[in-house]
Amino acid sequence: MMTRYSIFSIARNAMNYHKDWDRAWRSPQPKPSYDAVIIGGGGHGLATAYYLAKEHKMNNIALLEKGWLGGGNTGRNTTVIRSNYLQDASIAIYELSRSLYEGLSREVNYNVMFSPRGLIMLCQTEHEFRALKRTSHANRLAGLDCRMITPEEVKQLVPLINTDAKARYPILGAYYQPRGGTARHDAVAWGYARAADGRGVDIIQNCEVTGIRREGSQVTGLETSKGFINTRKVGVVVAGHTSVIMQMAGVRMPIESVCLQALVSEPIKPVIDCVIMANTVHGYISQSDKGELVIGGGADPYNNYSQRGSFPALEHTITALVETFPFISRLKTLRLWGGIVDMTGDRSPIISKTDVVGLYVNCGWGTGGFKSIPGSGFVFADTIANGRPHKIAEPFALGRFAEGRLIDESVSAAVAH
Amino acid sequence: MAGKPYRVPKGLARERLIDRLRPLRFSFDGKSMSGFHGDTLASALLANGRRLMGRSFKYHRPRSAVGIGAEEMNALVGVGDGARHEPNLRATQVEIYDGLTAVSQNRWPNLDFDLGGLSNEFSRLFPAGFYYKTFMWPQSLWKGLYEPLIRRAAGLGRAARERDPDTYEHIHVHCDVLVAGGGIAGLAAANAAAASGKRVILADENASFGGSCDLSGETIEGLPPSDWVEERVRALKAAENVHVLNRTTVAGHFHHNHVLMVERVGDHDPGLLAKGAPRQRLWKVRAQTLIMATGAIERPISFANNDRPGIMLATAVRGYIDRYGVAPGEECVIFTNNDNAYLTAIALKSSGVKVRPIVDVRARAESAIIDQARGAGIEIVNGAVVSGVETSRGGASIDAVKISPYRSGKGRIVSETRVACDFLAVSGGFNPAVHLWCHNGGKIRFDDRLYSFVPDRHDAAIRAVGAANGKMDSATCVEEGYAAGQATAKASKTKKSKVHGKAAAGQQSEAPLEPIWFVPATGKYNEGNKHFVDFQNDVTAADLELAQREGYESVELTKRYTTLGMATDQGKTSNVNGLGILAEATGLSIPEIGYTTFRPPYTPITFGTVAGPNRGPLFLPVRQTAIFDWHVEHGADFEPVGLWRRPYCYPKGSEDRASAVRREILTVRNRVGLLDASTLGKIEIKGPDAGEFLDRIYTNMFSTLAIGRARYGLMLNELGFLIDDGVTVRLGEDHFLMHTTSGGADRIAAWLEEWLQTEWMTLKVFVTPVTEQWAQFAVAGPDARKVMQKLDGDMDFSAEAFPFMSMKQGTLASYPVRVYRISFSGELSFEVATPANFGRGLWDAIIEAGREFGLDVYGTEALHILRAEKGFIVIGDETDGTVTPHDVGLSWAVSKKKRDFLGKRSLSQPYLAAHGRKQLVGLYTEDPQEVLPDGAHAVERVEPKPPMRTIGHVTSSYFSPTLNRSIAMALIDNGLKRMGETLEFPLEKGIVKAKVVDPVFFDKEGARQNG
Amino acid sequence: MLSIKCPVCGVEGDETDFHYGHQAHVARPATTDPDNISDQHQGDYLFMRHNPKGLHFERWRCDRGCGKWFHAARDTMTMEFKAYYRIDEMPPDDVKKAATGAWAQVFARSQDGGDG
Repeated sequence: MMTRYSIFSIARNAMNYHKDWDRAWRSPQPKPSYDAVIIGGGGHGLATAYYLAKEHKMNNIALLEKGWLGGGNTGRNTTVIRSNYLQDASIAIYELSRSLYEGLSREVNYNVMFSPRGLIMLCQTEHEFRALKRTSHANRLAGLDCRMITPEEVKQLVPLINTDAKARYPILGAYYQPRGGTARHDAVAWGYARAADGRGVDIIQNCEVTGIRREGSQVTGLETSKGFINTRKVGVVVAGHTSVIMQMAGVRMPIESVCLQALVSEPIKPVIDCVIMANTVHGYISQSDKGELVIGGGADPYNNYSQRGSFPALEHTITALVETFPFISRLKTLRLWGGIVDMTGDRSPIISKTDVVGLYVNCGWGTGGFKSIPGSGFVFADTIANGRPHKIAEPFALGRFAEGRLIDESVSAAVAH
Repeated sequence: MAGKPYRVPKGLARERLIDRLRPLRFSFDGKSMSGFHGDTLASALLANGRRLMGRSFKYHRPRSAVGIGAEEMNALVGVGDGARHEPNLRATQVEIYDGLTAVSQNRWPNLDFDLGGLSNEFSRLFPAGFYYKTFMWPQSLWKGLYEPLIRRAAGLGRAARERDPDTYEHIHVHCDVLVAGGGIAGLAAANAAAASGKRVILADENASFGGSCDLSGETIEGLPPSDWVEERVRALKAAENVHVLNRTTVAGHFHHNHVLMVERVGDHDPGLLAKGAPRQRLWKVRAQTLIMATGAIERPISFANNDRPGIMLATAVRGYIDRYGVAPGEECVIFTNNDNAYLTAIALKSSGVKVRPIVDVRARAESAIIDQARGAGIEIVNGAVVSGVETSRGGASIDAVKISPYRSGKGRIVSETRVACDFLAVSGGFNPAVHLWCHNGGKIRFDDRLYSFVPDRHDAAIRAVGAANGKMDSATCVEEGYAAGQATAKASKTKKSKVHGKAAAGQQSEAPLEPIWFVPATGKYNEGNKHFVDFQNDVTAADLELAQREGYESVELTKRYTTLGMATDQGKTSNVNGLGILAEATGLSIPEIGYTTFRPPYTPITFGTVAGPNRGPLFLPVRQTAIFDWHVEHGADFEPVGLWRRPYCYPKGSEDRASAVRREILTVRNRVGLLDASTLGKIEIKGPDAGEFLDRIYTNMFSTLAIGRARYGLMLNELGFLIDDGVTVRLGEDHFLMHTTSGGADRIAAWLEEWLQTEWMTLKVFVTPVTEQWAQFAVAGPDARKVMQKLDGDMDFSAEAFPFMSMKQGTLASYPVRVYRISFSGELSFEVATPANFGRGLWDAIIEAGREFGLDVYGTEALHILRAEKGFIVIGDETDGTVTPHDVGLSWAVSKKKRDFLGKRSLSQPYLAAHGRKQLVGLYTEDPQEVLPDGAHAVERVEPKPPMRTIGHVTSSYFSPTLNRSIAMALIDNGLKRMGETLEFPLEKGIVKAKVVDPVFFDKEGARQNG
Repeated sequence: MLSIKCPVCGVEGDETDFHYGHQAHVARPATTDPDNISDQHQGDYLFMRHNPKGLHFERWRCDRGCGKWFHAARDTMTMEFKAYYRIDEMPPDDVKKAATGAWAQVFARSQDGGDG
């Protein structure tokens, strides 16, 4: 039984200089056979494994990670959490996700620092203003806590923002989701990992999947760098590498992998207390608990697996933010990086069965992956466990592309998030 | 903390960089101090006896400068007042000027007495990752209490509040060879490349060149290092094919040798800024070859309380003495595992600073330099380590160090002796600065001579030379530099480079380094003592060990769990030491552990520099029509539309927006209005296959259109959704003019080109965007014809001669014009187009001619309401990328005859062809004065509270002055079947009911526009 | 920032001078036989994409140069351009041979030279 984390356990361990902390999770060797195997040790994969074990009592399962836990986009995003989407299907899964975040720290006994500090989406053209009004009506009737606010209210929430009416793109108003916010991205992966491990899930790092074996249309196992593993249920949750893994099973995907970049500034004393998105100029910003400004923008257009992007995308974002927040001009970029995101044709995710029996795929989160981790894991686990789509997952099935049943969010947010 | 002044007496040191004849005054935390021209803030502070310069991030421990350049992690200060304040600058790189004001950071109430320091007393409660293990209960307190406290404690400097008064520049250049680093290797490389006629850029982050060769104690090609450097720099500056940049940091390396450099033009001299120089300049360089001569960074050694002010890197100590004549103290102990630190001992000694023993980890080490030190009478203790320091004044002042015997790999220290001193110079070896190598995916390998990483493979045209390549002696550095420079010549057909003399130097063989990462304190492991690895983030050896024990084994996980290497120095001095400690903790080798990714920039770049000149009016410059000035002169109230600014309305006197719009609409409906429609997209389509081409682009037929006639057309993307609409006119057999939406003009022009070039390559068609070439105005209203006739022209505007949806070319008020009888307002309307240069003239003439008919101008909002009254759609309002022509009642414009047009096949995909999709309808609110908000949603059934199932939303909603009631258009599930039904829209303020009606609210039969 | 060379006008520029056109050699079914396209076939045409980690074949437009569309073969890991070729051409044979996975199948199917 693992130690329960609390102020008391810390005090107790402080007495003897923290020599008694045990491992946050085991480091097991793979067993020859599992009831189900999740490929991908990012937030989505770890959450899926956790909910399989907790909600569906599947304890003989493994999670395989090619590198280290949370080493992909889970550890490379800008940690924004919001659910103010336009289409019903999107609202449903992102709000499920956001609400699970609310209680996540206690559920997994690991402080993921979910901070509902409030999310502001600026309206900088009449057209954007109308689009976000539409979103707020849709969200309110879906039961979300949100409202449109005036430039004056924006100024109160973010005193250092430029609300000059003569600005190139003046702030006409804004959409406000008070319960949107941020969380500590690594902690989400670690928290789920520790909790899943505690429920018997074998989390196996440095284990690369090299092949997917099938008999006819049924998955029978995985070839890995640590040997063959028998299983008849496989959940693929590998974001940017989805096409590569699915190719092993001969399944083509409606996905392109591109590089999405972000950056942090040097840490400074608090200046911005909520998350601000400026979609017209493709930039968004928040301040981490450490004091760094966390900034993200649009993705490079071309296919890219290198986890390194081009400067122009960030240059445009920074330029726009200097206009919106003139005070950042003399602050400094500390570190910029890229992650490989998987973009679908309608920019909405895929949570689906495939033509291969026992092979399930969860991908296409594109620029919206972090905020959706708990909800995605929850419904994907349910889908795998029961062999049929969870109600909330249904609209995100692969089949939608041939039917033309797209879930297009481009009207509500034209920018990465 | 006031200390003794540490400037050594004149003559004892070379003081290469300062000019005692040019004294300066500056202030630190409000206290006025003096320095000399050439001082950095760090050297000047030390000279003033000011050792304490900052506080650490987590424990707020007192800190002083450890290094002398970009590697500095402790001495971070804020420089400048008010709007010019910049936080988090490294005092070791800030060149002081007269009147410079600097402040310390992350302390309260002041640097000497910082309440935050209390956290150090309770530090036992704050091991690595402690915050992941607590603050969980109750949840509400996280945001309300814990987090605000954490946030206030976190952060380093403060941001300025006002707009940055300084300016920034961007420069784009191509060069054959970019040399990053102006040390001897870089100078040699630039020299050789330049000699072969290459276009060379040499950039160094410091004010002066030469890197650390002045501290090498060696000669280069027979010259003292400084002379050699001076000669080389002079030669390079003289060559017209070389651009020499100092104060310029090569910050990042990106795909295809795209390199970012930041030149600090005015930071060191406010006078330049006053003269209008940019503060900083961003260089975007595309280099054929990048030569990385970025040198190496000395690393500290972790021992108990190794972060105390006065414990510095050995090279830095030597540098302060040699360059600034500054000694950090009076009595120094030196702790090293290599020969290099012996040079520091010798330098100190010759500058009159007492050198207590050199504590050398190595049980035996012999070399020329060691002999020299011994010869100078400096005591050397071999096989020993510094295991701790004794301090006073809250750790701010060093009294003595503990020296203990050291048996490699034998674990704990057992006995120790005390040696009094007031500062300590430490050298744990050197790490090549491989950052640039790794920014763009270069591989590095572990070198077990340096016990550090050196460049290995790279896909790009990049070469590493000198210390950056692991070569630590001057002769080899110079040789490598020459070789790399010459190689760039060989790579192409330029004349062979002549090297001035062969590198032959007073090279001395060094005794090998003995790796040491971590000296455990005496007594029990870690108790009370902290062995710092990452100073700024307060990451200790114990934190790293804990992370391993808890399973955060991957070096990336350890980094993220402990924040090792995530401070503003990005681990320049801590990453390799961290790996060494992890290796000892896990029994793995350093290569097995691996390393974390290096990311740009090498040192932080200000956002202002990145934005450069693209601020204010130059940020996405406004597109202006030929009439823009007139709009401004006449008080237009603008709105941004794409990159344009269009008049939303023209308020008069005390009018507000609403009443101005209302007036403008009634003018159009009752008399005649004038609109600047120049932003409307205009594309000329010419060629024998133009008609066929349009038939494939539009949903409806254009090949059958008669010359001189106009037709409204719809465009779909291949998904079957509406992307644009507009009227296209046939000017001749092979010649069409397409109108697109204002926002769509560029997109559609590219769209047409793409299909012509990539799919229908055999079609003979030219596509020419001409939006800016034409000014275009709508003259709309019952009296429109009278205005046209009043204007002196050669066209017959009578209904018979000039029917609806036709066009004429001629002259009007002496200007050449195309006149289209088309209408977006539903009124009798003529759209007049003239070459943009004539636009203003024609505009004025129309206003003149219209005066007697009460003509007045109207803006975009009036336009939108006028069209809404007529039920015309606007792409982007009624459509959102998910709407088909059938959804918005435009099936009549979708040809059934054509076998193919863009999007046709997708229209029959199951979901697009399905019944009961959202369909466009009109809405009349029960209360005619009640205007539905934009985007309001109707619900299936009103529930006491959300969630409620929505069945569609309002796409456009206005109060119609014409009908004196509210009107709205909406996309509603199965809307056409709901005609006459009443829908409910639950708003914050209550439920609004509205009846479903025909979306054409006014002049259904079109008598007015056809008249 | 990629450096790209237009095979039509020969200009060499930054990626920002060009426009990315995504996967190359996607056949538009309606162009050949508009009356017999299954929903699945249309869906695949619209959405299914090769997304290799390695050699990829794609379209670019020389936006600020000659304005022409062209093809390029690029490695999505190293970003190295292996070939530029005209919009009406298939890749040079040597580059074609280097193709793997889905792309290899495409070129095997299109020995006649027509689009895959």
